[in-house]
Amino acid sequence: MHPFSYVKVSDIAGALAAGRRGGRYIAGGTMLVDLMRETVERPSTLVDISALPLRDVTVTARGGLRIGALVRMAEAAAHPKVRATYPVISQALELGASPQLRNMATIGGNIMQRTRCAYFRDVTAACNKRDPGSGCAALGGFNRTHAILGASDQCVATHPSDVAVAFAALEAIVRLVGPDGRRGVAFADFLLPPGSTPEREQAVRPGELITAVEIPALPRPLRSGYLKVSDRRSYEFALTSAAVALHVRGGVIREAKVAAGGVGTVPWKLPAVERRLIGERPSEALWAEAARLAAEGARPLAHNKFKIELLKRAVERQLRIVGGTA
Amino acid sequence: MSSELPDSRVPPEAEPASRLSRRTFIAVATATAAVGGGVVVVRNLVPGPSPLGTTPAETPPSGRVSLTVNGKRHTAEIDNRTSLLDLLREQLGLTGTKKGCDAGACGACTVLVDGRRVNACLALAVRLEGAEVTTIEGLAPGEDDDLHPLQQAFIEQDAFQCGYCTPGQIMSGVGCIREGHTGSREEIREWMSGNICRCGCYVQVVRAVEQAAGGK
Repeated sequence: MHPFSYVKVSDIAGALAAGRRGGRYIAGGTMLVDLMRETVERPSTLVDISALPLRDVTVTARGGLRIGALVRMAEAAAHPKVRATYPVISQALELGASPQLRNMATIGGNIMQRTRCAYFRDVTAACNKRDPGSGCAALGGFNRTHAILGASDQCVATHPSDVAVAFAALEAIVRLVGPDGRRGVAFADFLLPPGSTPEREQAVRPGELITAVEIPALPRPLRSGYLKVSDRRSYEFALTSAAVALHVRGGVIREAKVAAGGVGTVPWKLPAVERRLIGERPSEALWAEAARLAAEGARPLAHNKFKIELLKRAVERQLRIVGGTA
Repeated sequence: MSSELPDSRVPPEAEPASRLSRRTFIAVATATAAVGGGVVVVRNLVPGPSPLGTTPAETPPSGRVSLTVNGKRHTAEIDNRTSLLDLLREQLGLTGTKKGCDAGACGACTVLVDGRRVNACLALAVRLEGAEVTTIEGLAPGEDDDLHPLQQAFIEQDAFQCGYCTPGQIMSGVGCIREGHTGSREEIREWMSGNICRCGCYVQVVRAVEQAAGGK
């Protein structure tokens, strides 16, 4: 690990001042400390933001939910309001990492996670995310766990977060504060596909700080849930996952929010699946037909062709679990 | 506080040169640590005082932290890079907490910080000012041979072979019981999944946690 200076800030103004001087924010630290030890990350100053007042879960004026950036994964998952209104968020959180890590890691840090691609972590391997222009060892390497959607010739790494898949499905908004004031970024614009700049992973500007993730209000009743498929049943990253939320009224699906994880370079929203569902009556045939659209545009690599079928089946199963059959 | 603008999400531009210089830097840093510390060879070793001949600019940034470990107050001068795990083992002599992967993937280093189970390898000690830490050494109630009910349960259920993961398993089990995730063996399995046992004692670990939770 490279040496670094350490400063702890007590308010947002102090954090932004330290951020403006080039400091790197640290919250739970579960990812950052690990990557610093591997020398993948080499910040010269850590700015400890754990004392900032960003720890609340609140209902917004419009009936949505606002989860403070420093709410720990364990706290967010167990929060009565989260459990009652968005089970998909609680389930995604509790299917991620381990109880110990969930006691440390925060919501803001979770969506700032970097990829778990083994070549990214290995500082002797070529990786355009870590060393732009050095190449991508995964393209011709062992790429069983890599992306089938959203990849470029520069990078095929998946995004590791589970709860980010739920946030993508629910069309969350990331609240930020920075030197130029406050702003909100739609989740679809927050995590960046690699394109020609794989080293840029989030739409965060220098010195900006995440304050909260906001879930917009959705019509009720809303049923939702998260399915994760991985090599181990627990404490493992997803090979494929599906986040589903459905609003059914009068026997007809009025609202459908669907996204998949483990298959894309970013959490993969599935608008074609959503469109196929809306206006229809729940049925076994409908789940199967909609899920067939989940892998549209997929481009497998040498070792991950199986993810195409796995993705469709995961989406179909989760539609059945959440939607049942009429 | 440094005035550099690293934003390390954006790696430096010149690839081959930067990779070389990083390796050179690591070599130099390692050599410095070996001379300066001269204690134990661990990667994020707590270096001792600067060796003669080094300029102050080469001294790794350090800080002072006061925290309570097993009811006893400690104040330590530490390199900012020191993990809670290394502080416990290398400076406070509490070697019951084990270093497995040093990357948050095995759970061997699990301790309680302010009542919550965490991976001590991923906790920077400098951030723990005022924290209350409980390690395996502080779990038993008294000074005599009394064991914590979960320690006793591990013996009765034969829940270990080599024993290396055991302190982490037990601290994690204490957290699991406190959190109330012991409703069924299935639930215990899921909520103990952050602790890897290479000997494969999982069935017995689950029984031990179940036994201690039931006796609560």
